[in-house]
Amino acid sequence: MTCIIIDDEAAARAIVTQLCTTIPQLDVIDEFSNAMDGIKFLNQQTVDLIFLDIHMPGFSGFDFVQTLKNPPKIVLTTSDKNFAIEAYEYEPIVDYLVKPISPERFAKSIQKVQNIMQQQPSLSDMESKGTGIGEDLYINIDRRLIKLKFDDILFIEAKGDYIDVKTIKEDYRVHNTLKKIKEKLPEELFLQIHRSYIINFTKIIDIEDNSVLIEKNVIPISRSNRPELMRRLNLL
Amino acid sequence: MEQPNLSYIKQLAGDDAEFEHKFIAILKEEFPQEKKEYTKQLSAKNTDETALIVHKLKHKLNILGLEKAYKLAVSYEEDLRRGDAKLKNEFALVLETIELYLNTI
Repeated sequence: MTCIIIDDEAAARAIVTQLCTTIPQLDVIDEFSNAMDGIKFLNQQTVDLIFLDIHMPGFSGFDFVQTLKNPPKIVLTTSDKNFAIEAYEYEPIVDYLVKPISPERFAKSIQKVQNIMQQQPSLSDMESKGTGIGEDLYINIDRRLIKLKFDDILFIEAKGDYIDVKTIKEDYRVHNTLKKIKEKLPEELFLQIHRSYIINFTKIIDIEDNSVLIEKNVIPISRSNRPELMRRLNLL
Repeated sequence: MEQPNLSYIKQLAGDDAEFEHKFIAILKEEFPQEKKEYTKQLSAKNTDETALIVHKLKHKLNILGLEKAYKLAVSYEEDLRRGDAKLKNEFALVLETIELYLNTI
């Protein structure tokens, strides 16, 4: 279960991080000292859970919750007991931890989150996962899940921490890895021909010695991947 | 006056001495900044901003096991939100106690 921590107090973030280390299923992806940085992060990447402080200068935890289009589960952390009733008016908020948080209470909270999540699939579970029909893939863009038909994908290019998915209609930049998306693509259509490229080889227009042409894009073939590409082609 | 302690931090740390050292370092760095900000806002009579920083300091009081001081901070924060800073001298003593303690650990 991936999570982030948003709290303007460094000591509070350190405590939640330490508590997370006691729960093997929890993976703290990042922490933020203000809500705006948290929002920027969530525009690029999904997580399963947010530990969120209510009292932050300028932008409260409740403001933050209302800003998110498709929020993950949220556990509020606060020094104030008076917000509990208001907290539960927001659907994503599943628990409310009063600081200082005890390890026992923290463990109960995570158990509660896990129970809820078992009943409904998380966003990150849905991200990059086929529908089961076997013809399409969902990618997460700005917290929207966009459906792409496998047949519309031309190729995918690795760009640092991101991948660019080039389709017939549009290009999409997704915070993900080539390795991860490769696992979701049908082998009969897609092939990695370079450490930075996976192509839909039904879209190849022609092949030269060390490159393929897909629409107007020239894509390099690495020496090590060339034999597999040649094997897969219907050569005359 | 009750004295700060590290019971909560030790409970969290368990055998993790690295966390304990790291956390104390965070306290030593963050508390003086918050105290400075508190003093600045109080001097400027910005009671809402002062209440916000008292709220943040409340957590430090809890972390350091200062239960009476925490209750004082709760009342003080409520007073400040109404524009009343009459508990400022008592709260200043709490801050001073923490400052002295942090210099000893």
